[in-house]
Amino acid sequence: MIRSLARQREIWLAAAIALLIGFVAIRFPAFARPANLMSVFNDYSILIILALGQMVVILTRSIDLSMAANLAFTGMVVAMTNAAFPTIPIPLLIVMAMAIGATLGAFNGVLVWKLGIPPIVVTLGTLTVFRGMTFVVSGGAWVNADRMSAAFISLQRGWFLGLPVLSWFAIAAIIAFYLMMTRTPFGRALYATGVNPTASVYAGIDVGRTKFLAFCISGMVSGLAGYLWVSRYVIASTEVANGYELQIIAACVIGGVSIAGGIGTVGGAVLGALFLGVIGAALPVINVSPFWQLAISGSAIILAVILNARGEKRGGRIILKKAEAT
Amino acid sequence: MMHATVESSARPASGEARARPLLSLSGISKSFPGVRALNEVSLSLYPGKVTALIGENGAGKSTLVKIMTGIYQPDAGEIAIDGAVVELPGAHAAFEQGITAIHQETVLFDHLTVAENIFLGHAPRGFLGLIDWSRMRREAREVLEAMGAGHIDPDTFLRDLGIASKHLVAVARAMSIDARIVIMDEPTAALSTKEIEELFLLIEFLKSEGKAVLFISHKFDEIYRIADNYTVFRDGEMVGEGALAQTSQDAIVRMMVGRAVDQIFPARTPNIGGPLLTVSGLSHPTEFDNVSFELREGEILGFYGLVGAGRSEVMQAVAGLTRTSSGTMALAGETIAPQSAADAIAAGIVYVPEERARQGVVAGLPIFQNVSLPSLGRISKSGVLRLAEEFALARTYTERLDLRAASLSQDVSTLSGGNQQKVVIAKWLATKPRVIILDEPTKGIDIGSKAAVHEFMAELVADGLSVIMVSSELPEILGMSDRIAIMREGCMVAIHDNRGLDAETLVRAAAGIGS
Repeated sequence: MIRSLARQREIWLAAAIALLIGFVAIRFPAFARPANLMSVFNDYSILIILALGQMVVILTRSIDLSMAANLAFTGMVVAMTNAAFPTIPIPLLIVMAMAIGATLGAFNGVLVWKLGIPPIVVTLGTLTVFRGMTFVVSGGAWVNADRMSAAFISLQRGWFLGLPVLSWFAIAAIIAFYLMMTRTPFGRALYATGVNPTASVYAGIDVGRTKFLAFCISGMVSGLAGYLWVSRYVIASTEVANGYELQIIAACVIGGVSIAGGIGTVGGAVLGALFLGVIGAALPVINVSPFWQLAISGSAIILAVILNARGEKRGGRIILKKAEAT
Repeated sequence: MMHATVESSARPASGEARARPLLSLSGISKSFPGVRALNEVSLSLYPGKVTALIGENGAGKSTLVKIMTGIYQPDAGEIAIDGAVVELPGAHAAFEQGITAIHQETVLFDHLTVAENIFLGHAPRGFLGLIDWSRMRREAREVLEAMGAGHIDPDTFLRDLGIASKHLVAVARAMSIDARIVIMDEPTAALSTKEIEELFLLIEFLKSEGKAVLFISHKFDEIYRIADNYTVFRDGEMVGEGALAQTSQDAIVRMMVGRAVDQIFPARTPNIGGPLLTVSGLSHPTEFDNVSFELREGEILGFYGLVGAGRSEVMQAVAGLTRTSSGTMALAGETIAPQSAADAIAAGIVYVPEERARQGVVAGLPIFQNVSLPSLGRISKSGVLRLAEEFALARTYTERLDLRAASLSQDVSTLSGGNQQKVVIAKWLATKPRVIILDEPTKGIDIGSKAAVHEFMAELVADGLSVIMVSSELPEILGMSDRIAIMREGCMVAIHDNRGLDAETLVRAAAGIGS
């Protein structure tokens, strides 16, 4: 029942996105052209990748506020490595970025798993720590275009089968996450842990370890996004993606991922990110100030939370909810 | 404040042959979906008297307390205070009528001071309606001193007090709101011997103040020590009441367990083999000590005891869910030391927990995913789930249990309680266990589903599985078990062959009544 509601919400969200595009296209037909929509998708590829990582964490009743800071740190380290050793092949750098990101995520995970500290506290702390580390390794200096190698900058700008390579990164992430969520015991453990941790323990699922791995995954995609971000915007600084964690969480919430855990789908998280993307792209076109953009995405979040809360209430039986609470 | 109460409600404790009850309940009935919790029960509480409410688990005591405190509404019946019929539509109404309950775990606030706890919701007001702190402290001190609890400082935070002192604060709160009827629901469960003595002094004080006290306990020595009257409940009915001084323990035990034979258990011919699971000297730092038993192949071993006797805790240790401090276990001759539920499941021991909603089903996941949850490792190949196999597994076991569901893809929370129980059992059977531990397998389900569960247990053992059944229901224990182990206060008391065993023997052993 909850599942079918979620699926329904994905349809509603897709319809809302289509409506928004149609509405803008009445005045500015160029907005709805495939080339433009493709560039919106490409612009928000990094957000999609990050939202998928965040979704995995939120499913386990946790939250990762440190993703953007992790991104900034990893991006800085990768850019500095490239500046110092331009001959290191880019695929190796990407693997390195994912490894560094996963290590930072594992640090969050260990604190949550072994010390039992609430995830919001852990990641609020590491958010600051990772930003501070970025400053320490760089000494506050920027790494900009002239210090990055040509391959470093051009890889994700290249085209492959009619799409930018950056978009292919997002598509690969979507497929990988979809398979993980629906076809592996770990994906199942994520849902079970979020819906009913007690029952999961009895069923032989290690709830703490599942949370730990979720944080490793969110860290790993943050690391990947770190490389993509600095190479796309051709700058690595301590201020990169400052405050972006809120966009990531917003994409999940709008996409129907329940903050209470256990409910959420890959499709939902992707559509949530795209919804923010279409709003972000449409408002300048129809000449609305970017400040409105923030207010509108904020309203969308609140609306999504209200819809989620009502959907969940209808889905569960009240007797069971009460038993859970005691 | 308190002294006014003494004058208005205290009556001569002796002399009057028939005192008028302060609170009387009559013809109270209450049903929940599928279960009739109370059937036309009555109860009278007298000023200055302690009435013990006695009954097995599930007899309806807690439901009655919830009706008396306005949390549940009775389907039928009357509540009268001082002869006048009253309605208790909510907890606040009960509070206004002077009814207060002190629970096992007190429902006070750890982060407030003693005085704030005592006066929460009715603090003395002063200038501009602001709380008059000095008066509040003074009155709190007066109430505590009157109770002989002057050693408790009104400014201490509640979290710094022991459980016994928290009880004192709860009573002080009752005194400060002019409570006339005090319900104590197993107040001694978490107390040491010395603290119990202090509590009894307190109850004596409440009696002398003319309060009517309802005392709920499983422990006969306490009941005879402190109570004047008794009322016995059995299966939601009131089966006896009177003065304790004229009633023997044996008579009360008979009232508790004697019942009409309305439950039929499946006939089976046990085919019991050699020892399968051997547990010896299993101990836990706080919950149980030196527990040994043996489970044989094809056997149902019943575990009987009062709530809190440590039965579930032992079973959770056997199933790898909790750590032990010492002791060994062997399954079919091989030593096992499960460190997690996954280890125990792999070894062939599964534990089906008591609370279905919290510990059993994963609401929000479809039926087939619930069934496969503990078997995910087995149905995946190199880390990838084989969905066809998963579905087949779920179909096999839900069909075997005759589950009624439109589709295995529907959310498990849309099923009825009995069918959810079947999903939980299917889930565990799907792991192909050798030992299945059922903790209160029929608690809270209707008679029809109970019979189905019993039938099914008989089939399991006929198939060669061994079953440990933890149950507090005497008919179930006596009707299903081949042998019965009895635990009391974390220790194994006795293991009996279930031949010619009667309910009274079990209750006596579990309650620690010497014969």
